[in-house]
Amino acid sequence: MTGRRIGVAVAILALIAVPFVIGEVYYVNIASQILLYAIFALGLNVLVGYAGLVSLGHAGLFGVAAYVTAYLLAAGYGHLVAILAAIAAGLVVTAGFAALALRATGISFIMISLALGEIIWGLAYRWISLTNGDNGISVATRPAPFGLPLTSARGFYDATLVVFLVAVAACAIFVRSPFGAALCGTRDQPRRMNTLGYHVWMIRFWAFMFSGLLTSVAGILFVYYNEFISPQALALTASAEGLLMVISGGAGTLLGPVIGAALVVIVKNVVSAYVTRWNFVLGAIFVLIVVFMPEGLVPGSVRFWRWVTASRRPRVAATVVERESRP
Amino acid sequence: MFRKLTPRKENLAFRKMTRRALLAGTAAGTAAALARFPTPAIAQAAPFKLGLLTVKTGPLAQGGIQMEQGVLTYLKETNYTMGGRKVDLVSADTGGNPAGTKTKAQELIERDKVDAILGPLAAFELLAITDYIREQKTPTLSVAGADDLTQRRPNPYFLRAAAASSQAMQPMGHYAATEMKLKRVVTISEDFAFGYEQMGGFQSAFQQDGGCIVSKLWPPLVTPDYTPYAAQISDCDGVCQGFAGSNPLRFMKAYANTGLKYPVVTGETGGDDALLKSFGEEAIGLISCTPYTVDLDTAGNNRFVEGMLKNYDTIPGQYAAIMYVSCQVIAAGLQAVGGDASDKEKFMAALRAVSLTDTPRGPVKFDHFGNIVGTFYVRRLGTEGAKYGLKLWNKTIKTYENVSQFWTWPEQEFLAHPVYSRDYPPLTKC
Amino acid sequence: MTFWLLLTVNSVTFGGLLFLLSAGFSLIFGLMRIPNLTHGSMFMVGAYLGTSLLSGALGITLNFWLAAVIGAVEVALLGALMERLLLRRLAGQQLAQVLVTLGVSFMAADLCLMGWGGDPISVATPPALAGFLRFGGAVFPLYRLAVILIAAVVALALWLMLERTRLGAMIRAGVDDPQMARVVGIRVSQLFTIVFALGAGLAGFAGMIGGPILSVYPGLDQDMLPLALVVVILGGTGSLLGSFVGSIIVGFIYNFGQALLPELAYFILFLPMVLVLALRPQGLFGGQVL
Repeated sequence: MTGRRIGVAVAILALIAVPFVIGEVYYVNIASQILLYAIFALGLNVLVGYAGLVSLGHAGLFGVAAYVTAYLLAAGYGHLVAILAAIAAGLVVTAGFAALALRATGISFIMISLALGEIIWGLAYRWISLTNGDNGISVATRPAPFGLPLTSARGFYDATLVVFLVAVAACAIFVRSPFGAALCGTRDQPRRMNTLGYHVWMIRFWAFMFSGLLTSVAGILFVYYNEFISPQALALTASAEGLLMVISGGAGTLLGPVIGAALVVIVKNVVSAYVTRWNFVLGAIFVLIVVFMPEGLVPGSVRFWRWVTASRRPRVAATVVERESRP
Repeated sequence: MFRKLTPRKENLAFRKMTRRALLAGTAAGTAAALARFPTPAIAQAAPFKLGLLTVKTGPLAQGGIQMEQGVLTYLKETNYTMGGRKVDLVSADTGGNPAGTKTKAQELIERDKVDAILGPLAAFELLAITDYIREQKTPTLSVAGADDLTQRRPNPYFLRAAAASSQAMQPMGHYAATEMKLKRVVTISEDFAFGYEQMGGFQSAFQQDGGCIVSKLWPPLVTPDYTPYAAQISDCDGVCQGFAGSNPLRFMKAYANTGLKYPVVTGETGGDDALLKSFGEEAIGLISCTPYTVDLDTAGNNRFVEGMLKNYDTIPGQYAAIMYVSCQVIAAGLQAVGGDASDKEKFMAALRAVSLTDTPRGPVKFDHFGNIVGTFYVRRLGTEGAKYGLKLWNKTIKTYENVSQFWTWPEQEFLAHPVYSRDYPPLTKC
Repeated sequence: MTFWLLLTVNSVTFGGLLFLLSAGFSLIFGLMRIPNLTHGSMFMVGAYLGTSLLSGALGITLNFWLAAVIGAVEVALLGALMERLLLRRLAGQQLAQVLVTLGVSFMAADLCLMGWGGDPISVATPPALAGFLRFGGAVFPLYRLAVILIAAVVALALWLMLERTRLGAMIRAGVDDPQMARVVGIRVSQLFTIVFALGAGLAGFAGMIGGPILSVYPGLDQDMLPLALVVVILGGTGSLLGSFVGSIIVGFIYNFGQALLPELAYFILFLPMVLVLALRPQGLFGGQVL
């Protein structure tokens, strides 16, 4: 356990040190993007990994918060008002999403969430008098919490890191709480949970709300990062990318979505500078992950590492098993 | 397919060194730097870094690929030099979405330290980065229309060698009213700023010369089938379409399939020469007004078209042509500052002062907002004069010279009205 | 009046096209429980292959119908290959299936862009159907009417196949109760490959049939996939009748929505889907193959 704590401390220090180590503004910005999408992926992971509900509509929730922030800022409201209103709106829409989508599980859940996501995208795209359609909404300012301006790449990274760490901590607490355990129970044995007296629907609903909260936070960060929002950020491809982050990293783990977010952001932004056909690369990576590490990169690597260390150990273990298996 | 990694890094290191040396500003520092790099003049030795924001993946890729081909045709022709300096091209794929454009602009400016940017392609991409390029003071030459960036929200670091969205449509409106004698026109265009501004320009000029707009239709950018819209066209004697990308093809098809026969007029994207090989017979008779026409028989254009055919076996459309012209503008600007682009304000001023006589699109100069004042060509699509193995051809039937973005209106009067939108100018009773 | 008539005919045409696209999607979904997100790509690849066969870019020049059929066969083979090599090993793992089909659709889109370039390709209407039918004041392109006919013929053929053949009986059994089907000795593995190939082939065929109306361009896959999803959810997965009715409904909503309520066009396109899912999650005709 202490080893784990040291590991966490080292990881946090390393994240704080990132801007100093890489220096170049461009890569600091990429790091901010990774953290931002990691929060999005963590939120999605609550549903996908722990509740076993695969949502293909989360970009819609992300977009609601982002649009509300942008709209209110453009209308001249302050940052605090915009952010709080965005979170509130995000949660209200999440509740609506949950009420409709949780009528089903499995593939039907995927489809309902997809349809809901498409509705929000369709509104952002076509309700032009409200959303400005394809032209999007520009936000000229970033906030300055406690007098610290976020205009520089460093400042923004630090702020995103704080939010990210809070999100990770919240997820860790969530997973280990009795509620988290109950949620995993509803994923694996919904009927048994029901018989045991748990309100399965209610557990899923609150998990959805928690997921929606994280997603809304990511949406707000997205607007501040880009200082811009347009319907593309809500499209089906955006939901799909979020899902890819979760699954490729490893659904149902804390680290997995973060690694997955890093993978997707790096392929999209860094690899695309060297390889013209980066979409192909992204697609191929996902297919390869499914074929060779179907459980995702993080659990897959752990398994691989165990296998390597196990095979390196002298064959004592194997002989023992052999001997025992003989009658 | 893979860009060379190593030279890029070397260049970066090299550039950093020279910059540091310049910043030191002391004779000793400069001397030390010179001793390390025994070249006559530092500014000329480091390559000029040219960034290209284009779209190589997704639905907008057709225009984006043409943009890159136009730039490369110029660079091959000049052996990768501009204004006496070696050119290092860094091209980035925005994926056709605003967030991607922002990240890629950061990549070009912050990581690759480019001296100027070509692109991006679409207005919504440009809108997402306009504040950023102004902050960074990076000269940017785009094909994107977005009227206000050279009108009510001018950006001092932005230069447009193509046309403001409404610019080509104003002469089109004039031509439709005065020469085609159209009276009542239905407009149809994509439901975003580029569409509004095109149709606004058409409506203003058309109405000034006695025409009248019956109704305006706005299908979304992604419309698999235009028939529901074509079915709404009636009670008119002409149609003005402002589609972009592959949409003109599908619109013309749906239009013909609905049995409509009114003459159709359009702008630079709706009649783009790059579409000639894809258009079918249903497009014959389409009248378009564009800033570039492959039909222009001048030495400058012939050299460009031959270059495109030789390098890519492709008929250039406006995206390739405008990028080629933008390269010529950068080269001329760089020449004017003696190859030294390090003072961005001075370089930008030189770019704005550029005046060229023989580009593929004809003479080029800029107004004080950084927008083109140039020739616009009205063409009729048909079989006459077809070259390069094409079946269809846009034949020039009239040229408008020295067309400004304000058309014939005084600048003040033009800027006093709001930017063209879905509802401006409003429909009047016909 | 003309306006309404035109929109109505067009809605049916579009519905017919959607039926060709979504019938296979629905069967795959119902039988294999795979959310096949490559279905839009198959539509696009079929169209691209068809145009190449039509233009003679692949060394042979075929007429429109042959090009459509051979393009469809090629897509069916690609589908079978994908099922054998990738989906086979992922049976029952929805997450992995979503990931792998998305990955393949990214790759397919990029390969098409590489192979055919970014230029839109317009597909000429077959000469025999280039004319118009005049009725009242309205003009109907023959080709669009032919699409309705083709969709009806395909629907009939599929119905006969499902109703009268051994293969059809096995598919019906598989959709009803996969475990039971296995117990009574149906070789589910082989059946899956056949159905997947059939679905892929139909999508490819639809791509080429849609060509003269939609033309072929990068991004066509993403334009069509959501429409197919709406159809299948509305009609119910695994149901032929469902995809038929769903296609026609979506054809009408799409056409009339775009024309009458453009600002809310997508909203009213997806709203019925949400309502159906919420009130009747199995879709209008879910659980019944025919």
